[in-house]
Amino acid sequence: MSALTEPGVPGRVGESDSPLRRFLADFFESRVATAAFAVLLGIVFIALFAPWISPTNPYDLATVDILDNRLPPGSEGFTGQIFWLGTDGAGRDVLSAIFYGLRTSLAVGVMSGVIAMFIGSSIGLVAAYFGGRTDTLIMRVVDVQLSFPAILVALVLLALLGKGVDKIIIALVAVQWAYYARTVRASALVERSKEYVEAAACLALGHRRILFRHVLPNCLPPLIVVVTVQTAHAISLEATLSFLGIGLPITEPSLGLLIANGFEYMLSQKYWISIYPGIALLVTIVTINLVGDQLRDVLNPRLQR
Amino acid sequence: MSAFVIRRLMQSIAVVMVMSLIVFFGVNIVGDPVDMLINPEADQADIEAAIKALGLDRPAHEQYWYFLVNAFKGDLGSSFIFGQPALQLIVQRMPATLELAFSALFLSVLFGIPLGVYAGLRPDTLTAKTIMSGSILGFSLPTFWVGLMMIMVFAVMLGWLPSTGRGETVLLFGVPVSFLTLDGLRHLLLPAVNLALFKMSLVTRLARAGTREVVHQDYIKFARAKGLSPRRVVLVHVLKNIMIPVVTVIGLEFGGLIAFSVVTESVFAWPGMGKLIIESIQNLDRPVIVAYLMITVLMFVFINLVVDVLYSVLDPRVRLRDMRA
Repeated sequence: MSALTEPGVPGRVGESDSPLRRFLADFFESRVATAAFAVLLGIVFIALFAPWISPTNPYDLATVDILDNRLPPGSEGFTGQIFWLGTDGAGRDVLSAIFYGLRTSLAVGVMSGVIAMFIGSSIGLVAAYFGGRTDTLIMRVVDVQLSFPAILVALVLLALLGKGVDKIIIALVAVQWAYYARTVRASALVERSKEYVEAAACLALGHRRILFRHVLPNCLPPLIVVVTVQTAHAISLEATLSFLGIGLPITEPSLGLLIANGFEYMLSQKYWISIYPGIALLVTIVTINLVGDQLRDVLNPRLQR
Repeated sequence: MSAFVIRRLMQSIAVVMVMSLIVFFGVNIVGDPVDMLINPEADQADIEAAIKALGLDRPAHEQYWYFLVNAFKGDLGSSFIFGQPALQLIVQRMPATLELAFSALFLSVLFGIPLGVYAGLRPDTLTAKTIMSGSILGFSLPTFWVGLMMIMVFAVMLGWLPSTGRGETVLLFGVPVSFLTLDGLRHLLLPAVNLALFKMSLVTRLARAGTREVVHQDYIKFARAKGLSPRRVVLVHVLKNIMIPVVTVIGLEFGGLIAFSVVTESVFAWPGMGKLIIESIQNLDRPVIVAYLMITVLMFVFINLVVDVLYSVLDPRVRLRDMRA
């Protein structure tokens, strides 16, 4: 995290002034960001431990009773349990379905984000480090891809590949890699001309070692911001595609699919089947974006106080 | 100048070629082209006749050539579901999508610019802050979710507006349009607003940023000193100068409106191209999928080409930088 230290701070840095601490102090200075971060932690906790904290297992046919279908929020089920957020058309507890749906949505969003980050930043690093023709070619491809809207690229891939968790992750990676490549290239171009890279080259270190051990860590701050923003974007895009019925299969219900399932009941005033998964999706996207905004402010050296 | 246009044109042709390769080999490698392109309910003799007709008994590069030649002739196969040529199906749906996209564009400019200019002129007022927070929401809320909420509030709870379909249409130059009838307008309003929200946020932010920059310029001070009314300063001098970035972005983003109409059309059951492609993907109606992809890619490449060329006309730096690269 050496990039987080302000350059030119003379003398010894006291313990209370360590880069990580300063970063945390700056981050939690904003009340909105702190609240968003807390809510986000809660969402991640729910997603990780969904099978253990859900009131019921909505996909266990033995415990789901069709007689409980379309109950409004807060009503008591056939077997005496209370459905705080009501039940859907098949008698499943909406609250539990949301917990499981968050798990799928977050898993797909984070996984595609991480894979795209690895692929995209490697390509961006290579472009910046080698320059010349390699750089021109790579950046042309990035420009062409970014000139197509994300939803269109995903639509092309899903039309050719079909449904499935792996397929949608491929589509989301294909949509996102170019953003990472562009971000990392921009900061790596600046780093490349610095003396420590020259020094590393003089020590006859290999290209790979220089790139990944020396250049990449210094490109991290903008990369972290892009990761948060892109993850929110991926979750939103996955929900959209699943809502349209071309994303995840019914066996892996994400929030988008839950909302789609409730859509038909919405027209007959049974709003809760769709609206609560929707609120969960919104809260997730908005909190990630708020955290990302604060990270951008804290990590941007131009705005450093 | 012409060298720049030719280079960009060649690049566009390359993109179309690469896309046709991806689509063609996607169809051929991911699945068996026989059951992708031929109606699965056909009998053996028909299948063999079709294999011959489509040239599927030939090597891959020859097949690709046939695909290209047929595509050039406008023959992209026939839909399994509708039994019509795929291209014809898409062209029939195009007016509905274009009407929706243009209405959304119109709304986003109509509301986006005044909101943005206001927020730029009085950045510290509560109204301005509300506008800016609203634009952040417009950016980050998923379109389909906002569409559902609009249906719930305006169609189900209040019962003011219909939630599906295009309503009554009239022919304008032989093309059916809804915006000329009252019933059609009622049907158009919700989907158009839904599609417009994202672009409206974008236009608002651009207009605000432009206004904040422009109001500190000398010519604005001069116009004020000359004693022009505030209304004239804003409507003539500020507005004219913030339009340049706004117009460019609107041009660039028009393609985005057509792509995102896929979502809005599905939510509001608007009978356009976007709804057709989603249904075709669900029904595995492959000829329509291939035709839609090729047409949309062509459309996008064309829009990008026009925007690039216009850019280079407006801003010579773009052209020069490209020459050096």
